[in-house]
Amino acid sequence: MSDDVHAAVAAALVGSRERYRALLSSIAEVARAIFAAKASSILLLDQEEDELVFEAATGEEAPRLVGMRFPAGTGIAGWVVGTRQPLVVEDVAADPRHAHEVAQATGYAPKGLMAVPLLVDERVLGVLEVLDRQTTFSLAEMELLGLFANQAAIALDLMQRAREAEAILAGGGELAAVARLAAAVDALGEERRPQALELLRAIDAVLRS
Amino acid sequence: MSEAARLIPAWSLPAGGAGAIAVARRWPDELTREWAWGGSTGRGARVCVVDSGVETDHPGVGPVQRAVVVEARPEGEPAVEEDEEGDLCGHGTACAGIIRSLAPDCELTSVRVLGAGYTGSGGNLLAGLRWAIETGADVVNMSLSTTKRQFAELLHELADSAYFRRTVIVASAHNMPVESYPWRFASVISVGSHEEVDPLVFYYNPSPPVEFFARGVGVDVPWVGGGTLRCTGNSFATPHIAGICALLKAKHPDLTPFEVKSVLHATASNIAAP
Repeated sequence: MSDDVHAAVAAALVGSRERYRALLSSIAEVARAIFAAKASSILLLDQEEDELVFEAATGEEAPRLVGMRFPAGTGIAGWVVGTRQPLVVEDVAADPRHAHEVAQATGYAPKGLMAVPLLVDERVLGVLEVLDRQTTFSLAEMELLGLFANQAAIALDLMQRAREAEAILAGGGELAAVARLAAAVDALGEERRPQALELLRAIDAVLRS
Repeated sequence: MSEAARLIPAWSLPAGGAGAIAVARRWPDELTREWAWGGSTGRGARVCVVDSGVETDHPGVGPVQRAVVVEARPEGEPAVEEDEEGDLCGHGTACAGIIRSLAPDCELTSVRVLGAGYTGSGGNLLAGLRWAIETGADVVNMSLSTTKRQFAELLHELADSAYFRRTVIVASAHNMPVESYPWRFASVISVGSHEEVDPLVFYYNPSPPVEFFARGVGVDVPWVGGGTLRCTGNSFATPHIAGICALLKAKHPDLTPFEVKSVLHATASNIAAP
């Protein structure tokens, strides 16, 4: 199977959009909880537009934040994406890398933060930020956030692939039929599924002969 | 033995040839910090900072003897040209400041391979490092790394060539558990962070690949615009070791990279007397 078919079938099975949003929210919420922080957020890189997009956030500002976009080189998040290194900032307002206009637009100016890149192999998906906690970050906590970010990045990468595949399904191309079939079989009850599988095996045998 | 004779590749040792390669022992029985860098100010050692550039005349850095920039060309190898831009993001200035705080009289060369967006190509990184080695740097500070595997092999070859040409490469470990280069290579000195405040406290790590830990948390460093910034990360631990290497190489210019690493091991804060 080509990658596109794999992706289309995967997308049909995972029903990606809602779960994607749920995963993003869960990552942000767990990161906030682990570090007993006031808030946390996830910004993902839109490579086509070269922009960072707020995809999830915890706290009161969350509904307003999600969807906001900034040029990819902007601020502390931009630094983290560019260098692919985590960053601890104890006094955000005094840091020359801080984008004051972004803080104004978001309506939330954190005092201290830790930001960590979401890395998958050689790619950077975005940034996870943990904002305003009572104590400063220790090296052990930096390491913990790095480990958590790596796990989050793997899950996000899988979901993003499925999401890309939605476009293939929506496009209604030749491959969409395969994906629809996979989704239809998956949705069948236990009673009818063996018959459907038998039919698919027959088709498979005919196509291979 | 002359320097020229030492550079001729010897693939075997003929009978009776041991006398021709006699080398005086470089250190006393008891290897102390006093012997290693006592009295040294770094004068005579040349340190290359391969980074985002260095702000000229920053009070926290002092004079920068030379600055070059690596720029990609449409075809062929990237060009290395004189640089008058200073530092585009602050990171290189921070590293240079830490090195100078330990080795105030060392000669500093800035090799700019990162742009304003904090990013740089792997090709420029390679070209910058190659230039530093070929111009005979005693110490190269690399508070950066690449995760791109396509550059790993060439970086490895460069790191090995530096090792035999007596250029000590001091390289930052990545701050996250990911694979990146060149700090992973045994021919460089790799550095991670500890949380103490003494700039001369450094530890040998018996569980590599990170070989040494130096001060890297809450370090006040010079930053662009003449100011300072409190920074945390292996990027700032690395120039502490680079600065100590500059002190060492200034006092003992003949030390090879493996001898420098041995001296660091012997003088590390966690190495107890037998």
